[in-house]
Amino acid sequence: MFGLKGDWSLDVHERYFTIGDYAGGEARWCPGCGDHGVLTTVHRVCRDAQIPPEQTVAVSGIGCSSRLPHYMSTYGFHGLHGRALPIAQGIKSRRPELDVWVATGDGDCFSIGGCHWLHAIRYNMDMTVLVFDNAIYGLTKKQTSPTSPMGLKTNTHPTGSILPAMNPLTVTLGITNVSFVAQVVDWNPPMLYETIKAAHQHRGTSFVRIIQRCPVFVDGVFGEFQDDPSRLLLLHHENGIPVDENIARMFKTQREHDPSNMSAARDIAEDESLMPVGLLYHNPDAPVYNDMSSLGRDMSDEQKVAGINKALDAFAI
Amino acid sequence: MTTQATAEKSAASASVPKQIQEYIIEVVSDSGEGAQKCGQTFGSVSGKMGNGVWTVEIIPAEIQPPARSPAGASGIRIRLGSKYVTNMGDEADIVVAFNEQVLYSRIVNGAYKAGTVLLLENKWATDPQPEIQKQYADAVAEFREHGLIVHELAIEEECLKIVKNPRKGKNMFVLGMLCRMFSRDVQLALDEISATFARKGPKVIKPNHDLFNAGYEYAAENIEYYYEIKPESEVGAKPTVVTNGNTAIGLGVMASGMDLVSMYPITPATSASHYLADVYHLVGGFVHQAEDEIAACAFAIGSSYAGKTACTITSGPGMALKSELLGLAVMGEIPLVVVDVQRGGPSTGLPTKIEQGDLLSTMYGMPGDAPKVIMAPATISECFHYVITARKLAEAFRTPVFILTDANLATGVQPYDRPEVSEEWLAAPIDQSAWDKNVPPYDWDENTGLSPRPIPGQPGGEYVLTGLAHTTRSKVAYDSETNQLSCQHRSRKMAALAGTLKKPDVYGDPEGDILVVGWGSTMGAIEEAVDRLRDEGHKVSSLHLRFLSPMEPGLKEIFGKFKKVMTVEVNYSDDPNGPLITEENRRYAQLAILLRAHTLLDVDCWSVVYGAPLQPGIIHDAVLGRLEKLN
Repeated sequence: MFGLKGDWSLDVHERYFTIGDYAGGEARWCPGCGDHGVLTTVHRVCRDAQIPPEQTVAVSGIGCSSRLPHYMSTYGFHGLHGRALPIAQGIKSRRPELDVWVATGDGDCFSIGGCHWLHAIRYNMDMTVLVFDNAIYGLTKKQTSPTSPMGLKTNTHPTGSILPAMNPLTVTLGITNVSFVAQVVDWNPPMLYETIKAAHQHRGTSFVRIIQRCPVFVDGVFGEFQDDPSRLLLLHHENGIPVDENIARMFKTQREHDPSNMSAARDIAEDESLMPVGLLYHNPDAPVYNDMSSLGRDMSDEQKVAGINKALDAFAI
Repeated sequence: MTTQATAEKSAASASVPKQIQEYIIEVVSDSGEGAQKCGQTFGSVSGKMGNGVWTVEIIPAEIQPPARSPAGASGIRIRLGSKYVTNMGDEADIVVAFNEQVLYSRIVNGAYKAGTVLLLENKWATDPQPEIQKQYADAVAEFREHGLIVHELAIEEECLKIVKNPRKGKNMFVLGMLCRMFSRDVQLALDEISATFARKGPKVIKPNHDLFNAGYEYAAENIEYYYEIKPESEVGAKPTVVTNGNTAIGLGVMASGMDLVSMYPITPATSASHYLADVYHLVGGFVHQAEDEIAACAFAIGSSYAGKTACTITSGPGMALKSELLGLAVMGEIPLVVVDVQRGGPSTGLPTKIEQGDLLSTMYGMPGDAPKVIMAPATISECFHYVITARKLAEAFRTPVFILTDANLATGVQPYDRPEVSEEWLAAPIDQSAWDKNVPPYDWDENTGLSPRPIPGQPGGEYVLTGLAHTTRSKVAYDSETNQLSCQHRSRKMAALAGTLKKPDVYGDPEGDILVVGWGSTMGAIEEAVDRLRDEGHKVSSLHLRFLSPMEPGLKEIFGKFKKVMTVEVNYSDDPNGPLITEENRRYAQLAILLRAHTLLDVDCWSVVYGAPLQPGIIHDAVLGRLEKLN
């Protein structure tokens, strides 16, 4: 055991990983899709963290954004529609040393995977969850998603969607054991980078809603926020997402917000006149499920055989 | 016969027990009165004395159905023998009932015959409510009309001499009665009671011992039935354990080296996970209770993908929910062990009752071609050992492996040889060595379809598993050739496994008039029926299949030596004589459908969905019916 461990730490120090070590095949999203920027940001954050590619697993569901693992050269799991989170949890459950990323979308996470979303927040397993929210189903060609604004004309609602859009931030902030909730927009690369980096560093389920443009099906669905930057609300705080002057200069509307303040976070999330950007809530001390699920991994075969025999003894006659 | 008459008669009863070979006993009560605990303890004591035992629980679907409800029978059947006992047998010889109403559902189920002795709590005869008095009197008259030999006993009255609330404790009094009636070892019984209440301490143990002793004395003085069933095998000759099938599954999971079970509560599977939740820490394992059946399966798949083959335990409705993920496991070639403790279907069906209804849905219930391994243990011991085999097959063949048990195995309790646990059963540590980059993640062997699997953590093995059609490099591919080839390789694995299986053994002569083919929990009852038919001079044999996908080899050859082959199953099939039923539209039982396709022979079937385990007698009669048509 000593030899293996010694070799391993030596290895870590000697290897240096570049962005190329995390980047995979050529991304096949449409030109102008917000996903491209998120992908390169993930590559950069991986490079910064220097976790070996073989220890990194990118998990996804089904949808445009769920193609992300194919554009990584780490391990990956392109699963089923809605099921990225429980698959990622299973990966983490007995292998807590693996660095797990989840790429999911508004349909994948908030609709078909809704039940898993609620419970993933509650399990709080250590993983970085990026929700690419473009307010539309893209891969299946323009159907209404839970976050489509009311009145949006889609192929399932040609005269305009009939329900008000769901607010994923208020939902997430309402779940017991929530530990990290941030929101960011894809058209602000420096803020995107800082947010994903902070999410990756958090120990627990980091939930990042990325407002992401789909120029093909709903070009301009976030137009009001792009055209009028004062509608974006930058959240800053010494415990929030690090914001330097260059970033701060881009936001006309700002507010100091302590991310440990849940009630303020909920107020911010509820006010839909402004789109908050930054860290809404952070609790670094929430219990992490994989601390429990990974117990007992170090047991020897000898101990296990003794354990099974002890269990059998209870039924011996 | 009144209580007094019973007492008079038994006063004259023999002081020496009558020697018998076997006996079927039932204890039935309202839910919560402890009939099951009474029977389990009785069965355990008998097992320890070296007797053959099969116990099966009678479970209502509700936790606390209304008292004295005809449909709410809660109880237990114990079949006790000198020899090894493999099934619940036919009608009960004796039944102890805490009220008369719960007997109705048992009578409907054919649990009793003319001559079955009924020992009935008599307090209802003098109940303050005249309505109940009348119900009781009517029932007793009706039971006698059915031919039951009714004895009315003052069980509650006797218990009240010892405890204030006889609802808690009557079961121990009855246990004492039964132990006297069947010459059980008193000390063993007292020790069992002490063990049951060990956590509650002497304050609880003492009154329960008192109740037991009172019941024993009462039976000695008042009950004429006094038997001895001497075990044939020597006590302690072989190390033995006694468990039900779900516990055996749990023990098998531990012994297989799987350290994660991911589940969602569902009857009748959940008790396997309850058991594991209690003891899994002994092997460093973890039970994950997921938010739903789908997540339970996804979680297990995630764990398996990351290197630790996991298990998910469920029942029919859970299988339906998991089916998309199970297809993913086939497509991504992810090792996984799935235990389906079958219950009655379709839909929510009969949650607590037995059916073998999930064979075809397990085999075909996924989109596209999804070949997988399906095994069916026939005994409780096999429930244990098959999990170990399943984990190994799942990894060697890089596929999900399904174990189909049922409610009969799940709750049936039987002694079996204690497994000699081996380190070889456990999973090897996860391989974290460097992976040769030249070897693709699906390096399908042309002849077997098999390929080694990279595990996260192995440098050089990085790949993206996908449920989309994919190349050997796991790259998404929509072209015709890749899809044809990858389907071919996944299917070829089944042929490779089939090539390693042994030809199954025929029970009885290898040729004759009828061969009865079964699978799963019905083996004991089928073989007992075959024994009876052979004793009567009929040329009947049986064959029990353990592998259903791929099929065991040599079936066509075996079948060819019989005039007729028929399956006996617990799932629905049309009665060939039913209205509108013709040879063209008759719907066959599930294994029969598979065997007809597999062998191109005219395999017949007989099956029912009574929600009850098959009894040897009913199988005997069904096969006899087919024999008569044959000759």
